[in-house]
Amino acid sequence: MPETGLKVEDLVLVRGGQPILAGVGFELPPGEALEVRGPNGSGKSSLLLALAGLIGLQSGRIDWTGGGEETENRTLLHYLGHKPAVRAGLTVAENLSFWADVLGATRENVAEGLAAAGLAAIGGLDAGILSAGQTRRLALARLVAVPRPVWLLDEPTSALDIEGARWVGRLIAKHLSAGGIAVVATHLDIDYGDGCGARRLVLDRRA
Amino acid sequence: MRAFLAIVGRDLRLGLRQGGDMLTLVLFFVIVATVLPFAIGPDRSLLARLAPAIVWVAALLAQLLSNERLFKSDFADGTLDVLRHGALPLEAVVAAKMLGHWILTGLPIIAATPILALMLGMDGTALGLAAFSLLLGTPALVAFGAVGAAVTVGLKRGGLVAPVLVLPLSLPVLIFGTGAMAPMVPGASGQAFLLLAALALAAVALIPFAAAAALRIAGE
Repeated sequence: MPETGLKVEDLVLVRGGQPILAGVGFELPPGEALEVRGPNGSGKSSLLLALAGLIGLQSGRIDWTGGGEETENRTLLHYLGHKPAVRAGLTVAENLSFWADVLGATRENVAEGLAAAGLAAIGGLDAGILSAGQTRRLALARLVAVPRPVWLLDEPTSALDIEGARWVGRLIAKHLSAGGIAVVATHLDIDYGDGCGARRLVLDRRA
Repeated sequence: MRAFLAIVGRDLRLGLRQGGDMLTLVLFFVIVATVLPFAIGPDRSLLARLAPAIVWVAALLAQLLSNERLFKSDFADGTLDVLRHGALPLEAVVAAKMLGHWILTGLPIIAATPILALMLGMDGTALGLAAFSLLLGTPALVAFGAVGAAVTVGLKRGGLVAPVLVLPLSLPVLIFGTGAMAPMVPGASGQAFLLLAALALAAVALIPFAAAAALRIAGE
């Protein structure tokens, strides 16, 4: 896993003719996390989409450092949005193996990912009958199954039970201690465990 | 390559598990070709002359019917967002999905052609020409369908818009497809086959770029 840092300068986002973010900037060295806070509609999700390269910027810069020349940005990062990218009709294990193949990882971590998400016992079940929380866990299992240095997580603990939310906190803490970075948009407090915290970026509605 | 095969394999697996879709498609293809003779009348020689047109119109309509699901569910459940961070560029993802879609929709149509040949009074040569022209033409139909599906993927009710976009694009395929099956003029059939093959190759090679661009815009 290559060490990667992130530097954002003067980010301006406009969606649907409406200014969403104006002049957001921050820097994130390897091993640190940024928690993005703010009320509904303050642009948390849009910021993550922009970082993931899924929407265009009005102006500003997003720089990834340390990726190396031949590594393209898109293979450095995990984007976990509201939509889980879990397909009904495939089993839980097939879903995760598919993502391991497509995201360019080996399948050796797939079993570990399922186990970490607490889904090992139901790997053969159709993913369409999972509960919302289990679906979220399966989406999060991608983070374990495919090691990548940058995690962009949009409300990662939504729909999860208390134990699941703690697991996400531990997962992020472990990722940071291995030199990864994470940008987490959340309303709920995430417990990263002792001696580990996140920087905060608070977006207000008027940005 | 592993990622490419994973996408094709996944789409095939999904398509075959919901095998009803494929059967519906083949039935639709056969039924369109069954209905037209009722409208035309029981003149066997006329039917045999119209057979190329009937086969191709039925194939075109069946293909249109199936195109919508090419990107829709991947868009709805967030799979497309994650695919954009995969080992493959989005253009290659689109190409993989087109290949899977052709195997699931083009091949069954070609396999069902003998049924149509039987109903339309086509002889062995005509059947061979029909199957071969479909083999060359359906990849182009899938490719044009992919553009339509990509452009309309974000629309809540893209069901009718996509065919309106795709039908005019598919006209050249229809013209050369039927031309290839109607060997009235010596040599014309061979030329039509060549043009059909050229059209299919160009469409399959270039359209992934157009469709990927449309999908990127739809994601905004």
